[in-house]
Amino acid sequence: MNALEIDGVWKYFGDFPALRDIGFKVTAGSVVALLGRNGAGKTTLLRILAGLAKPSKGSVRIYGSEVREEPTRRRIGVLGHGISLYDELTATENLVLFGRLYGIDDPAKRAHQWLERTGLDRVRDGLVREFSRGMRQRLAVARTFIHDPELLLFDEPFTSLDDRAIAVLQSLVIEAQQRGCTIVMSTHQLREAIELSTHVALIRKGQLAYSGERRQEMLDDPGWLYRTFEEEGPS
Amino acid sequence: MSLFLRQSLTIAGKDLRAEWRTKEALNASLAFSMVILVLFSFALDPNPEMMQEFSGGLLWLVFLFAGALVLNRSFAREMQNDCLDALLASPVPPAALFIGKALANYALLMTLELVCLAEFGILFNVRWLANVGPLMIVMAVGTWALTVVGTLFSALTVNLRLREVMLPVLVYPMMVPPMMAAMILTTDLLAGTALGPGNMLWIRVLVGFDLVFTLLGVSFVDTVLVG
Repeated sequence: MNALEIDGVWKYFGDFPALRDIGFKVTAGSVVALLGRNGAGKTTLLRILAGLAKPSKGSVRIYGSEVREEPTRRRIGVLGHGISLYDELTATENLVLFGRLYGIDDPAKRAHQWLERTGLDRVRDGLVREFSRGMRQRLAVARTFIHDPELLLFDEPFTSLDDRAIAVLQSLVIEAQQRGCTIVMSTHQLREAIELSTHVALIRKGQLAYSGERRQEMLDDPGWLYRTFEEEGPS
Repeated sequence: MSLFLRQSLTIAGKDLRAEWRTKEALNASLAFSMVILVLFSFALDPNPEMMQEFSGGLLWLVFLFAGALVLNRSFAREMQNDCLDALLASPVPPAALFIGKALANYALLMTLELVCLAEFGILFNVRWLANVGPLMIVMAVGTWALTVVGTLFSALTVNLRLREVMLPVLVYPMMVPPMMAAMILTTDLLAGTALGPGNMLWIRVLVGFDLVFTLLGVSFVDTVLVG
């Protein structure tokens, strides 16, 4: 079964085509590394997949349904550039809020479990604005996973994470993979991304330059993909 | 309770809790409204005849100006840490998001207006308690008009750099019909005229405006936020 079907997606910002005829399919349970240089269109594509923007042309279907349909959004977990947490609320209040919005039974209990899991139990009643950067990031990871999503969309998930947050996120990604979740992650960290992935998609100037299974050449030499399908290496 | 209402109340509760912790919109709008009322009291001679003429207009202008500060914060609050993305990615219907935001704005605007009304009574020697019931009805219906238009345009301007300027520029012209109705009704009530067949037209204008713009907000908020 396809978790993701992207068909002829174009996205214009004014006259500028940020995405040009992007199309590929992702089978359920795959881990896709979405690669490309800065400005290639990775974030734009991920925003469309998350239902945060609409394509100018083309369509995206997630588990066979439209992205903006409510049951579809219930199946998606998004971790973007921002932490998407409210500074004026406590850690528990933030997680309970998102638990309620996702219709989880007993959101307070689930919030408590995730706070323990991410090592934030002792600051559960602390306001997020008083948290260190690493603590905020771990809470953002908990928010992403709190409703047990089947499709995870990560935009530069490891950028600016501290060591502890990276460890938490890596373990959760591996666990999600084993559970059969589909994961799409955009990243500049080639080696880590390729090691985790089962499939690779490379976007170059808004166009799909490569899409397919991870190859041995990529594992042996992560720069191979860029050298083969891009004129220059990653910036 | 329906899921839609539960989600709306969750959003409203979150906004009110965040505002209660920071008080940034409420403090700014209360201070601003008090300054305007004090300045008006110096600028205008508050004799009883004049007050009968302009009390409703003055009061609603203060509500409108100070209310813009509350409405500006509504969706701008979601830009911090990209919270709006998490709300839009969640299974909450955009209409529930809109209604939740509107309910929180409504509570804040009504609080602001009640404080302004008390101050207005003291500064301009207006006995508004005589007709308090009908006055509350007019305030409730007029404030919902300001709330729905303001919340919708707050969503529309959330990504603009000059949103603090753009919101009043867009909202004030739209508010001409309900403000006219609310001003005339408030002036009548403060002058001691009861609500009746003579001013029922303005009540209908207010209620009609509320219904039309609530429907527009609920229908178009997804297009406004996602495109």
